[in-house]
Order: sequence, then C-alpha cells, then structure tokens
Amino acid sequence: MDIWLWALLSMLILLLWILMRRLTRNKQPTRILAIAGSGGHTTELMRLLSSLPTNLERHYVLANTDHFSKKKILELESKISTKSNHFTYVIPRSREVAQSWISTIFSTLFSLLYCIPVILKSKPDIILCNGPGTCVPICYTALLFKLFGICRGEIIFVESICRVTSMSLSGKLIYPFATKFFIQWPQLLENYPKAIYLNGRIC
Amino acid sequence: MSIFVTVGTTSFDELTETITSKPVQKVLQSQGYDKVTIQYGRGKHEVENIKSPSYSVVGFRYKDSIAEDIASADLVISHAGAGSCLEVLGANKPLLVVVNEMLMDNHQIELATQLYRDGHLFYCTCSTLLETLKSMDLSALKPLPSPKTNEFTENIVSYFKL
Repeated sequence: MDIWLWALLSMLILLLWILMRRLTRNKQPTRILAIAGSGGHTTELMRLLSSLPTNLERHYVLANTDHFSKKKILELESKISTKSNHFTYVIPRSREVAQSWISTIFSTLFSLLYCIPVILKSKPDIILCNGPGTCVPICYTALLFKLFGICRGEIIFVESICRVTSMSLSGKLIYPFATKFFIQWPQLLENYPKAIYLNGRIC
Repeated sequence: MSIFVTVGTTSFDELTETITSKPVQKVLQSQGYDKVTIQYGRGKHEVENIKSPSYSVVGFRYKDSIAEDIASADLVISHAGAGSCLEVLGANKPLLVVVNEMLMDNHQIELATQLYRDGHLFYCTCSTLLETLKSMDLSALKPLPSPKTNEFTENIVSYFKL
C-alpha cells in the first residue's frame, strides 16, 4: 500500500515539474543556435538570420580560428539591437579545407566534447545551419539531448547555393534528422524528396 | 566604359596576367573600354598601373567592400566564387566568369555553370578569354530573379510560430 502511495506521489510531482517547466519555458523567447562556418557559408547564414524575427534569443557557434565570422556576427547584432542579447560559443574547427578524411574523423570526435557544453548552455529550440563541417557534431549532440528532453533541438538546414547537382556531406548527414531541409536548386529533389524547394534561391 | 575584374579572397594570377596581356587590352580598347580596375587579392605580382588619357589600368589587393566598384562598372569579369557571382548578378551587371582550371573540382564552379546554362552570365577559361570577349553579346543576358527570402521567412515563422 505504502509503495503505491509513494509511486503515485512521485508521479504527481513529476507531472507538476513537467507542467511548471512548460509554463516557464513558454515565457522565454525562442532560442536559436546558428552555426557559422568559413567565408561564403557565414555570409549566407547571416542573410538567413537577418530574415528571421528579431525577438529570437540568438546563440552562435564558431570555430576558434574564424575571425571573419566573429566580425560578421557583431555586425549583424549591432544592426538588430543596440543592447547585445546574443551568446557566442567558440569550438575547435572540425575540418580545415584539404584536411585528410582520417584525421577529420578524430578531430570531429574531439569537437564532440566541445559540443556538449554548447548544447547544455544554449538549450536551442531551433538550430540553423547551412553546411559547414562544424554543424554535424553540433546537430548530432543536440539530437541526443533532445531524446532526454533537454532541448527542443529542431534543425533547419539550408543547403548552399553552390550545391546544384550533388548534396554536401554535411547535408547528407543531417538530412534524415532535419525538421526543415531547404535546397536552392530543384535538381536535388530527385534524391532528397523531403527537401523544400522554394522555386528559387533563398539568399 | 569601364571593367571591374575581381579574383576574390584568394589569388588567380593567370587571370590578372591574361587581362593585362597586350592582345586582351587591344580587344578591350577596340570595344570602347577605357578603364580597367583589377582586384587581384593575394596575387604574386602587383598589377602595373597604366595612366593615359585614353586608357587606364588600376589595381588593388583588397577592399572591405567592392560594391562600389561593381556598381560603377559596365562589365564585371570575375572568378567563379559563389559570393562574387551573386553579388555582381544581384547588382544587375553583365558578368563574365573566368574559371580557374587549377580548381576544377571546386563546387563553386557548379554554380557558375548552372547560371551560365540559365543565361545569366558568360563563362570561359583564361585560354578562351580573348575569343569570348570578342564573341559575347551582353544584351543576351537575362537578369537573375530576386531571392525567395520572404518565402523562407514565412515558412519558418508559420511552422515554429515565431
């Protein structure tokens, strides 16, 4: 009898806790985690972000060697608001251009270690990425934490406009898990029917 | 009339050398171009400036923004980089893309090729630049449709109720 009472009580407490969390979460702004890459990727990412509502709480991930993205992020933030309400996380670059694939595997595993605190701190509702190598470990870590209910972790992936006939490796790896997967050329629909094509380029 | 040449953030010495070669300059002058501005990035050699009343060549390595150079040009000659292609076509300027044969496996070329197929730009290599300059008809180019940024925003905003 006592056991049943305790079980019921703990169930009630758990339900109450979940309900409370929902209620307090609803009052918070939607958190978006944008993953910056190098050069062209970042320019496209900033255009995508600036097309979204400004009331989002913006979190950024960038590689430690990436000064270009840092500058672009500050430019965008100063345009959006005078008071800075954004968060930045710096992680090691998972793949330098022209790095060998074997060492890429190790450096990607290494960067997974850095992704865990990023996801725990930012608890993203939405992850916005457009293909730099960094986005794969970040998205996979978020998916893992999503299973435990730690974050909403819905992925928006926008394939680069450069990808006309073939998908990027990041795109292929994220495609099965993305909530919204955008492509900018219709040729890709054939092999990736779940992708969204908006009858033209996006940015 | 003026031409703006851009190689982007890297270097493309073959292009700068071809543009400043005697035969190409002769063709450009015969077509009425009297000013050539060259952004040559990390190129090995500095571009030699030429100043004469009828024809001038000016070179620089980098600038924060090349938007003004694009806006004031009558023709832009660019490397195949996606950023450069889209910036020039977005400014509604005639564009000739010169593909760097050293970077053939680069995916940026995929974009330039598709934009060429759709009639938005001309496309050549350094070895065919002279012929292309002689034969291309800039009035045949079609403007690039504007991006579907609003559709993207609506899609995201309505789905996530932002």
